[in-house]
Amino acid sequence: MFTDYLSTVDWSRAQFALTAIYHWLFVPLTLGLGPLIAIMETLYVRTGDDFWRRTTKFWMRLFGVNFAIGVATGLILEFEFGTNWSNYSHFVGDIFGAPLAIEGIFAFFLESTFIAVMYFGWGKVSRRFHLTATWLTAIGANLSAWWILVANAWMQHPVGCTFNLETVRNEMSSFSEVALSPVAVNKFLHTVTSSFTLAALFVVGVSAWYLLRGREKRMASKSIAVASIFGLLSALATAWSGDRSGAIAATTQPMKLAAMEALYDGEQGAPLTVIGVLRPEAERTSNDEAFHFRIDIPKLLSLMSFRDTEAFVPGINDLIEGNPEQGILPAAEKMARGRAVIDTLARYRTARDAGDTQTMQRIAALFDGSTPQGEEFLREKFAYFGYGYLDSPQQLVPNVPLLFYSFRVMVGAGCLFILLLLLVWWYNRRDSLTAKRWLLHACVWCIPLAYLASQAGWIVAEVGRQPWAIRDLMPVSIAASKIPSGSVTTTFILFLVLFTALLIAELSILLRQIKIGPKNE
Amino acid sequence: MDTLSLLQHYWWFLISLLGALLVFLLFVQGGQALLYRLGYTEEERNLIVNSLGRKWELTFTTLVTFGGAFFASFPLFYSTSFGGAVYVWMAILLCFVLQAVAYEYRRKPSNVFGERTYDIFLMINGLAGPLLLGMAVGTLFTGAPFTVDRLNLANEGGAAVISQWATPWHGLDAVANPRNWALGLSVALLAMILACQFLAHDIDDEAIRSRIRTCLRRLAGGFVAVFVIWLLTLLMADGWTADPATGVISVEPHKYLHNLLAMPVVAILLAVGVIAVLCSIGMAWVGRRRAIWFGGSGTVLTVLALLLLAGWNHTAYYPSTVDMQASLTIANSSSSLFTLRTMFWVSLFIPVVVAYIWYAWRSLSRRPITREELRDGGHQY
Repeated sequence: MFTDYLSTVDWSRAQFALTAIYHWLFVPLTLGLGPLIAIMETLYVRTGDDFWRRTTKFWMRLFGVNFAIGVATGLILEFEFGTNWSNYSHFVGDIFGAPLAIEGIFAFFLESTFIAVMYFGWGKVSRRFHLTATWLTAIGANLSAWWILVANAWMQHPVGCTFNLETVRNEMSSFSEVALSPVAVNKFLHTVTSSFTLAALFVVGVSAWYLLRGREKRMASKSIAVASIFGLLSALATAWSGDRSGAIAATTQPMKLAAMEALYDGEQGAPLTVIGVLRPEAERTSNDEAFHFRIDIPKLLSLMSFRDTEAFVPGINDLIEGNPEQGILPAAEKMARGRAVIDTLARYRTARDAGDTQTMQRIAALFDGSTPQGEEFLREKFAYFGYGYLDSPQQLVPNVPLLFYSFRVMVGAGCLFILLLLLVWWYNRRDSLTAKRWLLHACVWCIPLAYLASQAGWIVAEVGRQPWAIRDLMPVSIAASKIPSGSVTTTFILFLVLFTALLIAELSILLRQIKIGPKNE
Repeated sequence: MDTLSLLQHYWWFLISLLGALLVFLLFVQGGQALLYRLGYTEEERNLIVNSLGRKWELTFTTLVTFGGAFFASFPLFYSTSFGGAVYVWMAILLCFVLQAVAYEYRRKPSNVFGERTYDIFLMINGLAGPLLLGMAVGTLFTGAPFTVDRLNLANEGGAAVISQWATPWHGLDAVANPRNWALGLSVALLAMILACQFLAHDIDDEAIRSRIRTCLRRLAGGFVAVFVIWLLTLLMADGWTADPATGVISVEPHKYLHNLLAMPVVAILLAVGVIAVLCSIGMAWVGRRRAIWFGGSGTVLTVLALLLLAGWNHTAYYPSTVDMQASLTIANSSSSLFTLRTMFWVSLFIPVVVAYIWYAWRSLSRRPITREELRDGGHQY
């Protein structure tokens, strides 16, 4: 039975990852293409030049093909919190549900109402109303990103909540702490600006393809002019917010940072590994034995993490075995504290079943944060609640190679995009881009690379969160629903086949629409 | 009534309203189910799809918001029903995924699977979506076999799961209850009737309108018969009631009838709603184009009243058939006072949402769709 549940957990993780990966194949283009289309339509309304109307409508057509499947996979994601992660839904629903509801009320309706005007309103509503509808669709899409990222950020860094023994769940105590936590704000900025970059690269890449074939020269050149500057500014903002993400992770998720850097032994003035090849897991026990080869930049990791070249950055071994000098508790101690809380819950249940109200009141007092005793219990014991469900400290270490390489793919590609967009903007401005065929080819190839980088970013964020569903409070191993693993396997395969079929259809339609070009607009 | 209880009732009202709006907007699904019944030629089917297609996003968004609002206000239902009746919910999700892509892809060149496949997707969603949603909502009155013990978290592994299903059927249990079938069929037939009314209003084409009238007359009898049977069995049925002081749950014969008598405003809503739906059927029968406004408002009032019957007056809105005390009420399954209050402030924005939806709808639907409009080009599904 226990093994079957673990299998359910693994399949549920696989299914959620599958849905999220497919969802994120479509959403970033929607997030970024929306504002780009709105900018182009603004140029149409301001100049009255019909060229901009046709250009807007062309990119809008591609937006529509991509939009539908993002909506479909998003619906699945929302409900999978309930179907596959019912314990999680109960334990944090009081906090997590609110952003999802706000997302629906504020963002989805805005998006779904005005997208109809955006597509069917040409000639039926005034130009200004149509332009407003286009902007509101773009804003609605990005607003929805805000709320779902607030929810995701809370899983990485739970704040603004207290534990209620009576309901056995975490309850919101500060909405502003949840909605405006530094992790949420930065995650939103990083995700949205990276999506803007991806969409800009998509527009630049498709336009470059036209230029390579000597087609649609004016539309391609003007689209590149808008998208390259939009993308360049977005890519710079992505780099800035990415740097902040690292610094925030250093304090809120040190294990994620250590795994991303394959840093086993913490050190002062820690270097940043630019590139390296990791040794097999069994051989990676210390910094010296972690790599076949590596290229480091001295002290950069300390500087990026704590804005101090001499700061101590804890490694995986420090976080597992503890480091008294740095005030880091051993994982075994955290697990013991977590188990003590679980035992307390068990005693509370025994007392409840026996009708022993005195014991129940005594235990309830432990969870009352308004008393010194309760405050100490919550801080010293309950803060490690989730550790009590772990079997061994090693479970705390996420997949190091996946994180290490994904992070480098993301950062490396991001740096390349800044350089590429800068060059494209510069040559396009000087009307010499058409002659730089190597650059145009690079633009086309950067479209898939942008998707790869975007997916790698989410791998860093979510694989780095493991083993937690909610950091320190609930590991994924007890967050899932109790459903037969065979049923999750079936839905996993069903979704895999369906999403892949729809992806093939989407790509086929998209490529055909690009080949057709704007001639029908 | 204290603040927490007031907010629990307020949020159940909003959930019920969202559910009621969702059932009204299922006319999109109803129209999809009738696609080949009302559209004989490719051009006629395109007219129908383009009329419905401008509204599909609203239905979809209402479903998503319904789920999100339920999660935010009554998370224990979310974890119990979705995590338990997983087969039913997954089937619902799958058929809505098919809908989302079908509109955009069906007539695009190189769509891999062909227009006919996407039309079949639309029809699957149109038939199965309302039927399954209706059956799932039916379990709010008939119950489901689940247990809930929050302190299961003191266990490990699968035993730590708070809400557990007592049978291996995980939602398919609902199929065994004829009352769930009756509600599912009622919702599916109502969706098709509303679709007939909407399309008669939104499409200016005599051939389609003539078929709509014939189709509606056939559907109306079936809908009225099934719905009346379901309503009568509901009023005769036992319900689970919670003692407001202790929270202890017990069986109360004719609970929903008692709820109607105890809440005369809800009874009036139900009566007005049912009369409006019946009037709309009569209006559409004789070819009146404005029938959809009566049908729509009647549907919203009827469903709102029925969902209020399910949750208000200390009723267990999700009765457990295996452990009565595990049954969910709005009092024992809601979010905390803080969250409900925070969400209350958010909900004040809803009238603004309704206003702009109305404005955008009116802007696009001022004139009915014609064959000429489709032939003129522009964006089409």
